[in-house]
Amino acid sequence: MPRNTEIKKVLVIGSGPIVIGQAAEFDYAGTQACRSLKEEGIEVVLLNSNPATIMTDRDIADHVYIEPLTTEVVEALIEKEQPDSLLPTLGGQAALNLAMELEERGYLKEHGVRLIGTTAQTIKKAEDRLEFKETMEKIGEPCAASLVVENVEDGICFAEKIGYPVVLRPAYTLGGSGGGIAENRQQLTEILENGLRLSRVGQVLVERCIAGWKEIEYEVMRDQAGNCITVCNMENIDPVGVHTGDSIVTAPSQTLGDKEYQMLRSSALKIIGELAITGGCNVQYALNPDTFEYCVIEVNPRVSRSSALASKATGYPIARVAAKIALGYTLDEIKNAVTGKTCACFEPMLDYCVVKIPRLPFDKFLSAKHTLTTQMKATGEVMSICSNFEGALMKALRSLEQHVDSLKSYDYSTLSDEELRKELKKVDDRRIFRIAEAVRRKIPFEEIHAVTKIDLWFIHKIANITNMEARLEKGSLDQETLREAKRMEFPDVLIAKLSKTEESRIRELRKAYQIEAAYKMVDTCAAEFASETPYYYSVYDGKNEAKVTAGRKKVLVLGSGPIRIGQGIEFDFCSVHCTWAFKEQGYETIIVNNNPETVSTDFDIADKLYFEPLTPEDVENIVNFEKPDGAVVQFGGQTAIKLTESLEKMGVPILGTAPEDVDAAEDRELFDRILEECGIPRPKGETVFTAEEAKKVANRLGYPVLVRPSYVLGGQGMQIAINDKDVDEFMGIINRIAQDHPILVDKYLNGREIEVDAVCDGEEILIPGIMEHIERAGIHSGDSVSIYPSRNISEKTKKTIETYTGRLAKALHVVGLINIQFIVCGEEVFVIEVNPRSSRTVPYISKVTGIPIVPLAAMVITGEKIRDLGYEPGLQPEADYFAVKMPVFSFEKIRGADISLGPEMKSTGECLGISRSFDEALYKAFLGAGVRLPKYHNMILSVRDEDKEEAVEIGRKFADMGYTIYATRGTSRALAKAGVPVRMARKLEEESPNLLDLILGHRIDLVIDTPGQGVEHSRDGFVIRRNAIETGVNVLTAIDTAKALAASLEHSGERKLTLVDIAGEEFERRGKAWE
Amino acid sequence: MKAFLILEDGTVFEGSSAGSKKEVVSEIVFNTSMTGYLEVMTDPSYAGQAVVMTYPLIGNYGITPDMESGRAWTDGLIVRELSALPSNFRCEGKIQDFLEKQGVTAITGVDTRALTRHLRDRGTMNGMITTDSGYDLDRVISRLRAYKVGDAVSRATCREAYVLESTAGEMLYQVALLDLGAKDNIARSLRKRGCRVTVYPAGTKAEEILGNHPDGIMLSNGPGDPAECVGLMKEIKKLYESEVPIFAICLGHQLMALANGAKTYRLKYGHRGGNHPVRDMKTGRVYISSQNHGYAVDASTLGEDIASEAFVNVNDGTNEGLSYTGKNIFTVQFHPEACPGPQDLAFLFERFLDMMKGEK
Repeated sequence: MPRNTEIKKVLVIGSGPIVIGQAAEFDYAGTQACRSLKEEGIEVVLLNSNPATIMTDRDIADHVYIEPLTTEVVEALIEKEQPDSLLPTLGGQAALNLAMELEERGYLKEHGVRLIGTTAQTIKKAEDRLEFKETMEKIGEPCAASLVVENVEDGICFAEKIGYPVVLRPAYTLGGSGGGIAENRQQLTEILENGLRLSRVGQVLVERCIAGWKEIEYEVMRDQAGNCITVCNMENIDPVGVHTGDSIVTAPSQTLGDKEYQMLRSSALKIIGELAITGGCNVQYALNPDTFEYCVIEVNPRVSRSSALASKATGYPIARVAAKIALGYTLDEIKNAVTGKTCACFEPMLDYCVVKIPRLPFDKFLSAKHTLTTQMKATGEVMSICSNFEGALMKALRSLEQHVDSLKSYDYSTLSDEELRKELKKVDDRRIFRIAEAVRRKIPFEEIHAVTKIDLWFIHKIANITNMEARLEKGSLDQETLREAKRMEFPDVLIAKLSKTEESRIRELRKAYQIEAAYKMVDTCAAEFASETPYYYSVYDGKNEAKVTAGRKKVLVLGSGPIRIGQGIEFDFCSVHCTWAFKEQGYETIIVNNNPETVSTDFDIADKLYFEPLTPEDVENIVNFEKPDGAVVQFGGQTAIKLTESLEKMGVPILGTAPEDVDAAEDRELFDRILEECGIPRPKGETVFTAEEAKKVANRLGYPVLVRPSYVLGGQGMQIAINDKDVDEFMGIINRIAQDHPILVDKYLNGREIEVDAVCDGEEILIPGIMEHIERAGIHSGDSVSIYPSRNISEKTKKTIETYTGRLAKALHVVGLINIQFIVCGEEVFVIEVNPRSSRTVPYISKVTGIPIVPLAAMVITGEKIRDLGYEPGLQPEADYFAVKMPVFSFEKIRGADISLGPEMKSTGECLGISRSFDEALYKAFLGAGVRLPKYHNMILSVRDEDKEEAVEIGRKFADMGYTIYATRGTSRALAKAGVPVRMARKLEEESPNLLDLILGHRIDLVIDTPGQGVEHSRDGFVIRRNAIETGVNVLTAIDTAKALAASLEHSGERKLTLVDIAGEEFERRGKAWE
Repeated sequence: MKAFLILEDGTVFEGSSAGSKKEVVSEIVFNTSMTGYLEVMTDPSYAGQAVVMTYPLIGNYGITPDMESGRAWTDGLIVRELSALPSNFRCEGKIQDFLEKQGVTAITGVDTRALTRHLRDRGTMNGMITTDSGYDLDRVISRLRAYKVGDAVSRATCREAYVLESTAGEMLYQVALLDLGAKDNIARSLRKRGCRVTVYPAGTKAEEILGNHPDGIMLSNGPGDPAECVGLMKEIKKLYESEVPIFAICLGHQLMALANGAKTYRLKYGHRGGNHPVRDMKTGRVYISSQNHGYAVDASTLGEDIASEAFVNVNDGTNEGLSYTGKNIFTVQFHPEACPGPQDLAFLFERFLDMMKGEK
């Protein structure tokens, strides 16, 4: 069937801000799909509230709207752009839910928009628990005994009939939000109440617990002619009970015989056929490890995180093919873009082993529970490819960048056997390390399997690794041992550590024995057909097949690894744009990265893709083979920056800003000297080593002070101290983690925080715009609401900022990007941080100013000058739009995490509000972040003393909007005194109804709770905030954010939202100049 | 112990010996299935061949009760890694022990991807697996050049006829299965659909089969070069001329075509795996099929008056099935009985049943 020519203009909906359970994979899928649509001459209208994405680039879609993902916005957009079709299957659950709502209401039909890629009926059949179950029963596909309940009583009744434990799954939520396993009535009640509230339709599935079964997934594709294929299957090493997003996963399955493999494959094809899905779909199974019995767990009728993983694991571009199918093509009419010879109607065959490991955010949430459940907690993941399982696991471990390079990286050797046996029962992110320890202790495999339910095959593979550790610890470094260790991907540094020798000696031995990494190709067909796609992975037991290329200058682009809090999708945006810019300049581009969710690891972004860990050794192997003319590190976040020194040692020139200048910005003394030379002030501060010194300095500077370890990222370990007691406490914490580095004590300035990103060509700078944070200094810039253009600083201050930026960029000899954070107190401007590299705000500022600073930076790196690129240097004229970047958090997913904001970053993503009016831009940003008010017109206000005055104003505004305000004693007294109507709420320990009852009563729209400065000792605040988050209530912990919210709501009223096309003429103006 | 795989063109791959230690000369072919090594080894169509498994981890689930015939037929097995500890609820033993017991010479630790690329580029060739490091390359090469799979059907077929009852609880049809080296799942697929299957050795005369008045005749898969099976063609031509519905798979498909004047040719490196797309020419639907063949029918050598193409390979356009004009005969190159591989085309057995129903 050729393509449907009636489809001319398609609206594609993205997935919105990055949250746990819905991350970069949808940017990858969306970008690939948009490119696939444009290839067909389709006019693409894109809607996504996330400015950090590549899919929202003007060259990806024809019309780009970075607007909140609400039905009102989609409706307005349909009226404005009049697309003939809507493609909702590429933007995750968020897009699917939006499309469903519009379809159910008849809106799409009314406006002549056809749903492509799926039908409403398909979505309902797959997503509505009851319909899904009925459909499965109809075609004889087994599901675990289950019942959809809409109230707790029915849930208890059913659970007691089928017996505990039971699994709870709310309908229509992301990443299994609000789900869990209940062992008894009390747990059931707790989880069920929460799940019912989080479900869009108020439904929760109560299900027979099949925890401990093998969890197997199939990625399936189907076209409207009924042709079906499976792209691949995957086996979770962690059995059913841990969300697949939090599981260690292998592709293909390892422990399934052909009978089980084909049984489930046939079932998956039957299901996709019955659901009449056209496009991609993911089917999850639980397989009884002792019989052929299986249950269908879930079907996702859209591209998903698993499909991104499957695409990268096989080379099969699922989103691209799904987009073509949506246009009417059949699978056999679509080319296999990897081989270029065969068609998309075939099944990829792997001749390697793939391992995926989730990146969990427990390093950012110290108080959070590490337990892994059916609710996803990972922010990102890494993938690795190798010829053997051990090697793939070892590569994936070191790709995580969590100071882990082996199964010994977490030490359990001090536990007694009895303690270890007990610890084996824990299901968390470190389980595999404990299993390794158990294997080392010779605890029988059978016993480990009985406790963990992890298949014996995997336990045996872990044993192969621990045996190699032991062999190396004995010091034997004969050729055979070394060859075997490298085959299993033991890095040299680990081999050296285990065999108590120098890394350089291992390198020499390897040279002598000729043990070298070779590169193999991912070609979708196990070498059956010749392939052109240069998508490579390394092995130590084979011949090299990567092609040596010459002729063009080669540039190595280092990616940013797994998505984590503090280093998100923004850096992938930068890596991809830098790659494209170098390509355009005639360079051959080589990307090294290990994140399967990203655009940068798509097979056709760079000229060559090496899917490898980003460690010095792994990169050096590539360097030795490719011999690049230079490497760019300034776009890949800390991951790439950290490799700078190693790259220099390998003799690879670092393109752009010199490494010593990058260092200068991080070295306190050097940097102070540069500032002094430039005549730029910074908050006073000193370097100390002990708590006594720290207190002395703090008292000299005057409290409050900022205390932080030097050499950290994302504000890790940074705290504001208001007295000696705080200093004592922080120093204790810091010294527990890192003793070697000095500790910085700075005067804390209570001013406005300002941020700029600039391009410097070595002589002149270009500042696209000045960004201002709504929150006062003290909250991590990544967690602050950022507005462009700045609103509260004078022209004189702007000039000062421009001057300082120019001086600093020149003093640091910046060639490329620089990010600077300032604090403005009155007319005084202080520098607080300088990063001579790309930053989190680069995509945002590029999009809202229309100035493509990543390509500009790439071009100045290759020697171009800003003036020659069509720009007048200096601070660019301000836009007549306001753009507000709003952080988005995933607190509800991380049990036990403290949600109060501070110097340490906690947000997982961001969204944008853009408008000619500031209030509307702010309103849109809150809307995009999921703050949809009002619902019940009830709120809770509880602020610290310093915020009381502002709280009165905020309270007054909300009261005027018709809110009933509940407040804690002090706050209510302040409000009452100012004549704001308020009701005092009892404290937690007081009798009902107290604050907690109010929250759990589900009648509260908003909690504003600003914790006291310094270490918060009160559990009350923590308990209130946690409970509010877990019941889906909006919580603000910074008084400035609260003020902004009040202001934005004040005028929201009945106003219809305006929409801004950032690829439209208004924004074209600046982009043009560059083109 | 070290082992060597020496190819006809002088290329040598080094690895470790596993299974039987006996030196073996065979035709080296690769199979891209990720599961089903046991089914592959016990498929009689592999008689005279040594198989390279492109998936690197083989033996993960050990030996299960999934043999496709009474023994292993592959001369050799060439793999990257054999699993030392298999795990599966039906696992009855390790693949290493199976290889030894079955006398299959194996070599592990081979860069199977490099080997597959080599065979893909240069075509299927003969090879030797040996543990003798003192081999004389020139002598080995001349031995390899002389090797031919030869008459493998007579080795692979059963010795005498036997009957397998229906397993469906009722007996709908009597099917004669001409065993050219049949995989067990062909008979199983028929029996579970209500067929009583009489299995005949390859040398059985057409008259004997027809004399027993079967409702349908099934020609099985089998090893070797079809063009060499001249005697079989004659008998098959007689079956063609009867009015009995016939369904044929793989070698059976090729022999039916040859019996009717078609030509077959050798594919450069064959189709062996579980991911080959075939198009049903009548409906346009594409199915993923299980395949194992080194030869193909040149459909252009058959007139429309004799047969039309029923299935075509979507990758390379080779013939995958024929429908005989004016006859109740339907033949396919691929393996609808799967084992290993996808079962998407198992419905063809039902089509065969419908053919028999029409005749009843």
